[in-house]
Amino acid sequence: MTILVRMAEIQEAEEMMDITQAHVDSAIYIGEAGLEFAERLAGLGAKVSVPTTLNVSGLDEHHWRDWNVPADWAEKAHRQMIAYQTMGCQPTWTCAPYQTETAPRFGQQIAWGESNAIVFANSVIGARTERYPDFMDICAAITGRVPAVGLHLTKNRAGQVLMRLVDVPRRLQEDDSFYATLGHLMGQIAEDRIPVLEGLKVTPSEDRLKALGAAASSSGTVALFHIVGTTPEAPTLEAAFQGRGPQSTVDITLSRLRGAWQTLTTAREERLDMVVLGSPHFSFAEFARLAPLLEGRHRHPDVKFLVTSSRTMKGLAERGGLLEPLERFGGQVTVDTCILATPMLPPSVKILMTNSAKYAYYAPGMLGTRVIFGSLADCVQSAVTGRVIRDESLWTG
Amino acid sequence: MDRLIRGKALVAGAATGEALISDQPLSFWGGYDHRNGFIIDRRHPLNGESACGRILGIPYTRGSSTTTGVLVESVKAGTAPAAVVCNRTDAFLSLAAIVADEMYGVRIPIVLTTPEDFEALKSGQQVEIRPDGTILIKGET
Repeated sequence: MTILVRMAEIQEAEEMMDITQAHVDSAIYIGEAGLEFAERLAGLGAKVSVPTTLNVSGLDEHHWRDWNVPADWAEKAHRQMIAYQTMGCQPTWTCAPYQTETAPRFGQQIAWGESNAIVFANSVIGARTERYPDFMDICAAITGRVPAVGLHLTKNRAGQVLMRLVDVPRRLQEDDSFYATLGHLMGQIAEDRIPVLEGLKVTPSEDRLKALGAAASSSGTVALFHIVGTTPEAPTLEAAFQGRGPQSTVDITLSRLRGAWQTLTTAREERLDMVVLGSPHFSFAEFARLAPLLEGRHRHPDVKFLVTSSRTMKGLAERGGLLEPLERFGGQVTVDTCILATPMLPPSVKILMTNSAKYAYYAPGMLGTRVIFGSLADCVQSAVTGRVIRDESLWTG
Repeated sequence: MDRLIRGKALVAGAATGEALISDQPLSFWGGYDHRNGFIIDRRHPLNGESACGRILGIPYTRGSSTTTGVLVESVKAGTAPAAVVCNRTDAFLSLAAIVADEMYGVRIPIVLTTPEDFEALKSGQQVEIRPDGTILIKGET
């Protein structure tokens, strides 16, 4: 509570408020301090007072030995997982908690960590959370209280920047790589303001909105976006801005999107070492989209093929018969964590291909790899042939 | 001549050091290597610079919730900036400094300035941060 009150003063909160759910990102192991913090809280007997889910950890608890994870890392990451479960958090271990049965409802006041989860909860569901940093999320879960500031309050949820899609071909809008790219651009343009998107010709699926939000909260600080006619607080343009109108208006053209698409790729080579999908964690619907693309094919022997997901989604995919095609293809699934959160990749992996803008954004700095960004179909094609194949015609108009 | 900027101490403390400044926001997770204090976001202008022991100036943090975790790890590892100056009230920086203070008794001052004052800060300047939030840029005319 000391930490929360000190934060309330900094944020100039007039009061504290109740939350009814928390999603805790702090269980990710990155070093000694986070582990020490967790074990100190757990050792003091701290328990969460609201239903609390856990974000990715630093370890795939049951499969880490299949990869390059050092035993010392595994031991500490595991201790940190145990500490959070001791405090009563549910071992969901996923960065897509909004696609599980614990997903919040419209208008619900929650305290969530994990940038992509925050933006999805606020934008797509219309639940209300500030951007909670690590350590504060667990403090909120224990006390059930947060400073009443920011996106918890209606007045702070109005759009600020209008982004208008201008002459963006419908064919591109129907491709999954469009949403990750648009999100990447949205984050750069909006920075820490609330963007409102107008002019979308198709209604995006949940997974496309997930890709958009994850990209926008990596390249920028976007914690809430509105899409006119799609997201719940934006039935009309006027409603999205709460009648106040935009501070600025930016036109999103095909050439601008192409520029953003190009910056997501840092590798110049034609070969690739690995395809990795699932940031945020792969959903059942994504497994269902992937399976037919893999049918009757096999990955190139030099290219690894990995999907990162949650235990729940992997279990559902298995029951739905969607894992068999993946296994026959030569693919693997990692749960509980992701390639950025656990040191699992062997040093021989230098060039990654992905359909995730979040992976593409972070991998070069965190893993020292070069990346190629492509659509789901591009990723499968490239894994089969062992060289990068991308449908660039979508981006040339 | 020295120049004084009146900032607001989000988390109060004293520090001196060489400034390392950018007008681009930074995610510490994926952007700051807590093992050595280097900035590793390939897309950031400060990529390749060491912020260890320096007065780091960024407008605010972006991206990951784990920014806070990385900054606290860097305090524990002794690779943290001596202080951070920002121009938006940044909950992530503030929280990291509070947790470092509560856990280790280490004060990393976090100071808020106006965007205009922030522009006076340049990499390479010798800067002193005072507990009241005052920023002293030494040898400025």
